[in-house]
Amino acid sequence: MAPLYYYIGLSVIMFTIGMLGVLLRRNAIVIFMSLELMFNAANLAFIAFSRHYQNMNGQMFVFFVMTVAAAEVAVGLALMVTIFRTRRSIDVDQINSMKG
Amino acid sequence: MLFQETIANPAFGLVPWVVFFPLVGLVLNLLFGRRLGEVFTGTVAVLASGAAFVVSVLLALGLAAHPEPVVVPFLEWLRIGDFAANWDFRVDTLSVTMMLVVSGVGTLIHIYATRYMHADVRHNGDPGRYRRFFVYFSLFILAMMILVTANNYLMLFVGWEGVGLCSYLLIGFWFEKGEDGIGNAKAAKKAFVVNRIGDFGLLVAMFTMFWAFGSLDFDAVLAAAPAAAPGVLLVITLLMLLGVTGKSAQIPLFVWLPDAMAGPTPVSALIHAATMVTAGVYLVARSAPMFNAVPAAQAAVMWVGAITALFAATIALGQNDIKKVLAYSTISQLGFMVAAVGMGAYVAGMFHLITHAFFKALLFLSAGSVILGMEHGEEAGHAKGHGHAEHADQGDHGGLDPQDMRNMGGLRRRMPVTFLVYLVGSLALAGVAPLSGFFSKDEILVAASRSNFIVLGVLLLAAFFTAFYVGRQLMLVFFGRERTPAAERAVESPALITVPLIVLALLAAVGGALNLPGSHLLETWLEHTLGAGEPAEFILPLAGVALGVALLGLFLGWLIYRRPFQREPLERTGPLFRAFNRKWWVDEAYHALVVRPYNGISRFLAGDFDMGFIDTVANGAGVLVRRLSGWWGVLQNGFVRTYALMVVVGVVSIMLYLALR
Amino acid sequence: MGNTLLFFTFAVVVVGTALGMVLSRNSIYSALFLVLNFATVALLYVQLGAPFIAMAQVTVYAGAIMVLFLFVIMLLGAEQLTEQEPLPGQRIAALALGGVFITAATVSIVLRAGPLAPLPAPAAGFASPLDVGMTLFTRYTLPFEATSAILLVAMVGAIVLTRVDRPRTPGAGQKE
Repeated sequence: MAPLYYYIGLSVIMFTIGMLGVLLRRNAIVIFMSLELMFNAANLAFIAFSRHYQNMNGQMFVFFVMTVAAAEVAVGLALMVTIFRTRRSIDVDQINSMKG
Repeated sequence: MLFQETIANPAFGLVPWVVFFPLVGLVLNLLFGRRLGEVFTGTVAVLASGAAFVVSVLLALGLAAHPEPVVVPFLEWLRIGDFAANWDFRVDTLSVTMMLVVSGVGTLIHIYATRYMHADVRHNGDPGRYRRFFVYFSLFILAMMILVTANNYLMLFVGWEGVGLCSYLLIGFWFEKGEDGIGNAKAAKKAFVVNRIGDFGLLVAMFTMFWAFGSLDFDAVLAAAPAAAPGVLLVITLLMLLGVTGKSAQIPLFVWLPDAMAGPTPVSALIHAATMVTAGVYLVARSAPMFNAVPAAQAAVMWVGAITALFAATIALGQNDIKKVLAYSTISQLGFMVAAVGMGAYVAGMFHLITHAFFKALLFLSAGSVILGMEHGEEAGHAKGHGHAEHADQGDHGGLDPQDMRNMGGLRRRMPVTFLVYLVGSLALAGVAPLSGFFSKDEILVAASRSNFIVLGVLLLAAFFTAFYVGRQLMLVFFGRERTPAAERAVESPALITVPLIVLALLAAVGGALNLPGSHLLETWLEHTLGAGEPAEFILPLAGVALGVALLGLFLGWLIYRRPFQREPLERTGPLFRAFNRKWWVDEAYHALVVRPYNGISRFLAGDFDMGFIDTVANGAGVLVRRLSGWWGVLQNGFVRTYALMVVVGVVSIMLYLALR
Repeated sequence: MGNTLLFFTFAVVVVGTALGMVLSRNSIYSALFLVLNFATVALLYVQLGAPFIAMAQVTVYAGAIMVLFLFVIMLLGAEQLTEQEPLPGQRIAALALGGVFITAATVSIVLRAGPLAPLPAPAAGFASPLDVGMTLFTRYTLPFEATSAILLVAMVGAIVLTRVDRPRTPGAGQKE
């Protein structure tokens, strides 16, 4: 069985890729998917630690993260549809009317 | 001496209701008054006040059986270290006497007001304010009850401020009316500001009390007072005297009361004649042991009262507004009471307070009835002239002032009931035996004859002027020929107005029976609270002189004003009448000595200091912040990804910290 | 040893699909890459002895959520945005931060970890459906119920947000 830190390392890499996706992409939907990728990276770390410590709490956490993520996706995508309807674009750089 | 049981007599447990009945009425009117209309509003307010009166009567009956003072604990209010101020109710003969006066006279005035305000709100063109009036009225009764039932100076101060607030609200009830549309608002403001000066005195007196005695409870303070240093007591009592001059309209702070007549007439009767302005007298009587310990302070109180009595009586002689005369008369009579309590004749002061509440409330309410009659007569004239006339502003009906006595005359035939009750009240005020005013004033004079003959002379002179202006007013208003068409068309007021007047007239007539020479009913009653004093004996020569002075004044009034006249007959006295008429130029003097320098300082502070100095500092700070925020504002560029980048900067910093730890 | 080999296989797929997701210009490709990524992560969950979570991952994430994504992409059209970066310095800053992040995380987690011992074998019955159910409905009852409320609110919110406001005409309510 692979050591714990292999999994954690993989999780870090996944997280960084998701983070870069958020920072570099301008398509709101891709940004959203990158966020999901970051969630997954965190989930992977949870599961690995859960196995390491033989403790169910980590798995439970993943379960809740999933449900909350599902809720977040539903609202987020609805927002995106609304924004697209008014602005005809999902480029996040166009959404800057709250600028101070 | 004091026994502090929760409930010695079941009636005493009811004492919080003297405060809470008005509160219930107030809340009901606030919530439902607008929807349910005037009848409901008026009934609720009258019932609230009446219920408080019933409770007061029950308390009085309870006290008649057990006259010792009782403290009914209600609520722990403040506790700071060793200091405690609780909301307790004090039931003793003094407070119950005040409760009876406040709620009894208050209820009669409430009944009167239900009808009077009905006409007044229509005359002034805003019927929606009917409810507001009774809400304020209930609030006033509530605050006054807190004042008189308090068991410590702090709670008394709560009531003291509460009645001051109600006074302000009610003087400015028609705040958009009056001279230049701000006259009433200015009058209310004046009352408020002048009262604050007095309140400042009371407040500092309380601070000193706390510093000297560590408590504000009546029992604790008054028990410790005789043993305290005389200097401290002198400071406390003189500061209290400042409070008294403010609330009870004595020299030098009396100037607000005449202006307070801008309020509707029931307000003048209830607040500015019968109850609130007597709070100062009550305060001195309540603090009797403290005043007894410092004769100097007593003398000061006595002189302030006596001089005020004479001073205000002379001014009353020179006024033409029916309510202004009564206002100065109130100041003068309050001077009598203050002089009495200053002489240590607390019972005489309280006695005069009670009888004065009867006859002065009666006079004000009758004056209101006269004003209503005049307004009615005037409107009738207009209706005859050019259809239906609209009256938007008060005091602007074809130039005729319905309160000016020079526009009246001959109302005796038009308003017979009002005339009769007014006559009773006037004679009581003038001190004609056997009406109530005669006996109460006589007691004060007896006390004066014991303490100081100059004061006695001053008071007798004041009594003479009192009778004189009373005679003048009676002649001007009710006798002779009608001087305006409005007076010719004046009509008698309806029963809701005249019935309270008749009740008050009966009280004013027989009120003297409370403390008839020989029976000393009030004396024995108040003895339980104020301690035994010398009962005022009936000195026949003195009473004869007083009666003679009163009759002489009345006769002089009749003699001068019995014939029709073009010019004011008293103007023949020249500068003297001008001084009376212009109120001894007190307002002008205050304006020159206090208001103008104050405005000058204010202008300097507002202009050079505030606009010049402070604003430079404040604006400089603003400019600085704006410049700084300009630099940082670059970060707020509106791009979500930049914000995300900043979040990541934070995350990476935390990771770096963890890595390099 | 076979297990470790399996891990590396999965890891390569996971990283590859993640990069593919981020780098694809077409958002449909991105979504499909992400599906593959999620499925592979689910396999890692199975390997780590979390079969329940793995199934949830496949059904909820790879199934429901990604289908939702695809729906939205199709609804809005796969918009192709220009290559150029409008924000000056964003690309460099992001890459630098990413590099620092990975380095710092590696230092703080992996290098400080001590010997790279293999994961222990799970106890019997660990993370079985029975175990999951017992934990979820005893200790985590309250959060579980709370998530149901969150999902409901999200559902209502999504409906409210996407509802088109038509001018109210009489009888329109009955027709629909």
